[in-house]
Amino acid sequence: MASRLIHTTDKGLYCEAGDFYIDPWRPVERAIVTHAHSDHARWGSSKYLCSKPGANVLRHRIGADAQIESIAYGEKIRLNDTTVSLHPAGHILGSSQIRVERDGEVWVVSGDYKLDPDPTCQPYEPVKCHTFITESTFGLPIYTWQTNDELFTDINAWWEKNKKDGKTSLLLAYALGKAQRLLMGVDTSIGPIYTHGAVESLNQVYLQSGVALPETKRLSSMPRGSKFAGALVLAPPSAYGTPWQRQLNPVSAAFASGWMRVRGIRRRRSLDKGFPVSDHCDWPSLLKAVHLSGAENVLVTHGYSQILVRYLQEQGLNADTLSTQYEGEEETSSGESSPADSLSEPAADEVPE
Amino acid sequence: MKHFTRLFVALDETTKTSEKVKVMSEYFSTCSAADGAWAVYLLTGRKLRQLVPSARLHQCVKELAGLCDWLFAESYDAVGDLAETIALLLPPAHSSSDVPLREWVEERLMPLRTKSEDEQKALLSAYWDELSTSERLVMNKIITGSFRIGVSQLLVIKGLSKASGVDESTIAHRLMGDWSPTEEFFTQLFASDTQDADVSRPYPFYLAYPLEQEPEALGNVGDWLAEWKWDGIRSQLIRRQGKTFIWSRGEELISERFPELLEASQQLPDGTVLDGEILAWAEGEVLPFNLLQKRITRKSLSKKLLQEIPVALMVYDILEHEGVDVRSLTMRERRRLLVQLLSPGALDDAPSCRGQLNPIFRVSPNLLVSSWQELAESRTTSRDLKVEGLMLKRADSAYGVGRRKGDWWKWKVNPFSIDAVLIYAQRGHGKRASLYTDYTFGVWHEGRLVPVAKAYSGLDDAEIRQVDAFIRQNTLEKFGPVRTVKPELVFEIAFEGIQHSPRHKSGIAVRFPRIARWRTDKPMEEADSLQTLSALIDGGAAS
Repeated sequence: MASRLIHTTDKGLYCEAGDFYIDPWRPVERAIVTHAHSDHARWGSSKYLCSKPGANVLRHRIGADAQIESIAYGEKIRLNDTTVSLHPAGHILGSSQIRVERDGEVWVVSGDYKLDPDPTCQPYEPVKCHTFITESTFGLPIYTWQTNDELFTDINAWWEKNKKDGKTSLLLAYALGKAQRLLMGVDTSIGPIYTHGAVESLNQVYLQSGVALPETKRLSSMPRGSKFAGALVLAPPSAYGTPWQRQLNPVSAAFASGWMRVRGIRRRRSLDKGFPVSDHCDWPSLLKAVHLSGAENVLVTHGYSQILVRYLQEQGLNADTLSTQYEGEEETSSGESSPADSLSEPAADEVPE
Repeated sequence: MKHFTRLFVALDETTKTSEKVKVMSEYFSTCSAADGAWAVYLLTGRKLRQLVPSARLHQCVKELAGLCDWLFAESYDAVGDLAETIALLLPPAHSSSDVPLREWVEERLMPLRTKSEDEQKALLSAYWDELSTSERLVMNKIITGSFRIGVSQLLVIKGLSKASGVDESTIAHRLMGDWSPTEEFFTQLFASDTQDADVSRPYPFYLAYPLEQEPEALGNVGDWLAEWKWDGIRSQLIRRQGKTFIWSRGEELISERFPELLEASQQLPDGTVLDGEILAWAEGEVLPFNLLQKRITRKSLSKKLLQEIPVALMVYDILEHEGVDVRSLTMRERRRLLVQLLSPGALDDAPSCRGQLNPIFRVSPNLLVSSWQELAESRTTSRDLKVEGLMLKRADSAYGVGRRKGDWWKWKVNPFSIDAVLIYAQRGHGKRASLYTDYTFGVWHEGRLVPVAKAYSGLDDAEIRQVDAFIRQNTLEKFGPVRTVKPELVFEIAFEGIQHSPRHKSGIAVRFPRIARWRTDKPMEEADSLQTLSALIDGGAAS
């Protein structure tokens, strides 16, 4: 390819023909943002473009002063020599795949995405393209997710058992997206649900955006000495093991993350319970998405990228890695993403109250 | 299988010992005796010999999951445990069954061993197809013989005791030695009648804790008995009903390895159980441990070997005397019985060493000391005597069960230590799967680094992550699971002993190496040389 429609620069994924960046990691003139997780949406750019359903969340993340423009899913806009449209990615509220077209050549940057149903956001929409850019956080065949039914049966059973034992159920999940997805799925008849501040503020944004979350109470709004036995508490992973957690004793803590599928990773974190659930694709979904895109060229960003690339090459596709600074699920780092990295420090906006 | 898998998951999901005991007790109270026997067998770490070869399991899973070799290898590498890798890779099951554990093990899994390859494959895929992911994990662990889930024998004993009302020491005793996981065994385990008849059954070993504080913290030196810490094979010699059994601490029957002890034991009265250390011993001196190992590892014991490597039993305790369990007597009283038995006529607390009954039974001498200071000085002579340091035992203590803090302490001499460079790394297993935690270290020899020690432990989690990141970024070559790492990081390696060894590339072998600390202050050029290391063999003191 003489000039690639999209390539990596030191600031991020750049489309020269349209003169815009997608999820840049440094401030730029025009940024198109796939979704509001901190490794994709960074502050400091002059102009942002995102999907309409994602606008509130993005504003919450990068500040009231940011210049944010939003368009409906499927709406086509002209940016210099390119036509750009956003399509649902199914990852979190407002998450988009970015479709870029120039002279009949179509590229799709899928950002983070999943194919599994999620009541907090629009379902993933396959978009035909010539070149598909995908992540591969869980790009190994050991990663296959349960159905939502199985998952919530397990979570509800855990909550009920803790309630019976007089314990608080502390469910640790990424504050943006994962926490709300879990809220929509749990059986609210079991008991009251409380939230850590980091989760509650995003719940409010989801509610403003029209997602019908069940009722929750901010834990810190409760009078001192309140008892939480039998309740479910949603908090970001960084709250685990902090003094904040003490008010919940006796407590059973569980971490909701795709990494929890592997026993060794859970045990290394000294966690009692893990629920393997992710807003990223499992291995079969990654392959399915590549197939549905109809792309001949696949560029793989963060995660087990080498593995997915090799596999796709063996299937006869043009596949290659694309180096970025995206981080995948929770706190994994770029480059050779390993589950070990999920131990690293949490994002700054997730420090406990 | 469902019941046992629930137990497995419950044990796996808690780090609290009280919770583990509780769930085990619940299981043992409600399971059938036949299932309970197998559960005890598996939980206490007893293993069936691998039922299906690993390579065949790999092949089977690859076929069922439609995976090529490298993708399977990458998956295994990320998980670190074969049984779990298989459980995660298999396609979802089409049915569900609840066959009891005993039937699974005895009628389904054990017969696999003698089946043909095709039959094994057909049976495995049929079995997997009726199990959930966690049930498959349990099944695979039984097949591969790697059933480890973080419960100690002591916790299983507590669980059984809680469920049965039988006291812990009786349960512990009943779990010693050779037994088969049968319904009768489990029923007997729960029996309230404690007059057990098995003549070969040893007592649970009492184990010492390492002394980490200053000995003065133990109080008055006069309340303690001190003896050398011998470096041999901890053993229990049982003489009952005209028969002798020698058990190692790993609960292996090792009687046949020591015919001279069997012969000498005929002089012991029936109803005698001795606790001590088997040593390679000649001319009043202990010989290197690796000589003793030959007595254990050689297939056949030639006359020549028996002559070259004579042994002695250094006895330091008596657990059964005239057919009576004397573990509840005080250490001082037991020692008196021991001396009377092996060295009749000697003073009770004499430092006598050679037994007069038969010189092969020696009584481990007590050090006569009047102060901690004096004891500390004696300890510094340990290496000359080829012992590991001192044992401190409270004079009025009973013989306990397992490793308990308080009455027995091992006060070892400081380990040897060297500075060595990280040269190879491999991923860990189990809890550390997917992190590079198994390291090989080298020292300098003629301008090159030669491997001298492998170590798995000694770093904290944060350090492990840093070293892991370094390894990933500085891999020179990969050979299967092993990475050659750019030599740069220096670690202080501590170890207990050092021997010449023609089998090792470096010509030396170290015992119990572990990482003492990460020498971030040291450039690799300043790591130790093979020459320095060799000099330690001839009695060089720890630096």
